[in-house]
Amino acid sequence: MSTSLRNSTLALATAGLLVGGIALALFWAPEDADQGFSQKIFYVHVPIALTAYACFGFGAWKALRLLWTAEARYDLESYTAIHMGVIFGLLTLVTGSIWAKISWGHWWTWGERQLVLFLILFLFYSAYFMLRYSIEPGPRRERNSAVYALFGVALIPVSFLAVRIAGTILHPTIFTHEGANLPGKMLLAFCICLAGVLALAATLYRVELAGKRVDASLRELRELLA
Amino acid sequence: MITARNLSKRFGDKRVLEDLDLEVPRGGFVLVTGPNGSGKTTLLRLCAGLAAPTSGEIQVDAFRGAIGFLAHEPLVYGELTALENLDLYGRLYRIPERRERCGAVLERFGLWRERNERAASFSRGMLQRLALCRTFLHEPDLLLLDEPFDGLDAEGAKLLYLELAVRGRRTALVATHNPESLATRASARLALA
Amino acid sequence: MTGYAADVAALARKDLLLELRSRDTLPAMLLFVVSALVVFHFALPADSSTHAETGLLWIAIVFTALLGLTRAFAAEREQGLLDGLVLAPCDRSAIWLGKTIGVTAFLVLAELVALPAFALFFHAIGWELVAAVALADVGIAAIGTLLAAMAAASRARELLLPLLFLPLAIPVVIGGVGASVATNPASFLGFLGLYDAVFAILSWASFEYVVTE
Repeated sequence: MSTSLRNSTLALATAGLLVGGIALALFWAPEDADQGFSQKIFYVHVPIALTAYACFGFGAWKALRLLWTAEARYDLESYTAIHMGVIFGLLTLVTGSIWAKISWGHWWTWGERQLVLFLILFLFYSAYFMLRYSIEPGPRRERNSAVYALFGVALIPVSFLAVRIAGTILHPTIFTHEGANLPGKMLLAFCICLAGVLALAATLYRVELAGKRVDASLRELRELLA
Repeated sequence: MITARNLSKRFGDKRVLEDLDLEVPRGGFVLVTGPNGSGKTTLLRLCAGLAAPTSGEIQVDAFRGAIGFLAHEPLVYGELTALENLDLYGRLYRIPERRERCGAVLERFGLWRERNERAASFSRGMLQRLALCRTFLHEPDLLLLDEPFDGLDAEGAKLLYLELAVRGRRTALVATHNPESLATRASARLALA
Repeated sequence: MTGYAADVAALARKDLLLELRSRDTLPAMLLFVVSALVVFHFALPADSSTHAETGLLWIAIVFTALLGLTRAFAAEREQGLLDGLVLAPCDRSAIWLGKTIGVTAFLVLAELVALPAFALFFHAIGWELVAAVALADVGIAAIGTLLAAMAAASRARELLLPLLFLPLAIPVVIGGVGASVATNPASFLGFLGLYDAVFAILSWASFEYVVTE
């Protein structure tokens, strides 16, 4: 399959999964006993959070490949993945904030472990961009960015542990219920939403990466002609 | 000893080296000339392993410990004395009989009297001599020298010339603004544009 | 001594010797931490809990560390000396280890002043706090040294180091404050140990990639 055909297929699949997943979540899955309709935002919030983790992990993997093989393309791939991760991370904070407002009446609460963790990661990965912008393009920037991306992926479990031993337990922690308590219909709707958001991330990733590659080629062409 | 093929180095949008081919045989003494900004320093840094090429390849047949690199900066700690600086490098380069060797190289470049003075108090010429001490301390097989005569007085230049022309058959790549001083010693020249 | 250990010793010794001669970093850190504690006294309303005071101690420690770390590669940066060290045949991670040992020493010395000052100005401290501070020092030094090297390569170095350092310092603060105030400090101390292990190993292994091309 050619790249553009692959991208179009992916985009269509994304649209399908997302629309389908959200429809299922809103109309088909049963309402949560304690939280009512507002709990539905969980079908969007948690997949976005998991996708952000996936993006950071993917970015770290590409970073590792860069350090291993020193091939420049991994730098662009790692950077794009982390960019995606930050966007989805921001969305996680926003949707989580909305959920908090609806559930507990505050836009922010420090008892929400997931949210606090994402705040730390958001700060960390925002600094990634500051790091990149302050170094000239070249092998130095690629390697420093890659090492930093690897630190991010180590920070995720460490911060998770930290927030866990530190915080008060306020988060409904749906996920610990999930294995046993999430009934079949909810689980299915959730999985489809998750697949949809992951597909969305993949589509955006490919689009942005293609755009960056075109930029790079254009720059090289301009130089050759200069 | 040094082989470069299609070597290119770019800093952001600026192309400093372009498709350079280079072959320096063992024992060769190559002078690198060219105007400011032509890439002499960049070439030396690529040979030393301090920079990576943007494209092309470069192969240097010498261990890190066998390379003597003289940069624009003297690469010495201002707050340490000349002897302490050389002692540090001596330890890092694992040279045997460190004390004796440090003393000997200081004498060779006429810095024995100032051995216990802080490098920050040195004049430009003395710093250059100290940098040369650092470069030659570990008896390198490959010399990469960036403007070695810069800042040296007549006495210093003579000591350096003695070092390069008389002592031993080392391989060397020397970037210089006035190649005439080493014309007789050189086996080849490379002019960068 | 094996080659690697000898390299590390030579480098650590060099840093301590430099500080002894120039005496700029450590006195600044000492003065800063005491000044910060005094500022904190005025920043706390009269009925603040001892827990709040302990929290502020940890802030003082983190920012004093930041001050020290900003100077960590100062000499190497100003005189292009990192090239000299990178050229040497020693393992580049030895540069990291030597520098980290130096930074840890500075932190410990700063805290030898800060902790008694805190006990004097605010309230007595227990062994858990001291243990937490010791563990935190290692983690801060480990990650700080690596980040300082990263920031040294960039244009906006003084601005960049705090931005890179603070998110990574959050778990340390959590562990440290937790160990200082919780009824069961063991889990927090264990966490600090884990943080140290993870990030020290990561920093040690990846330093090479930060200082070379």
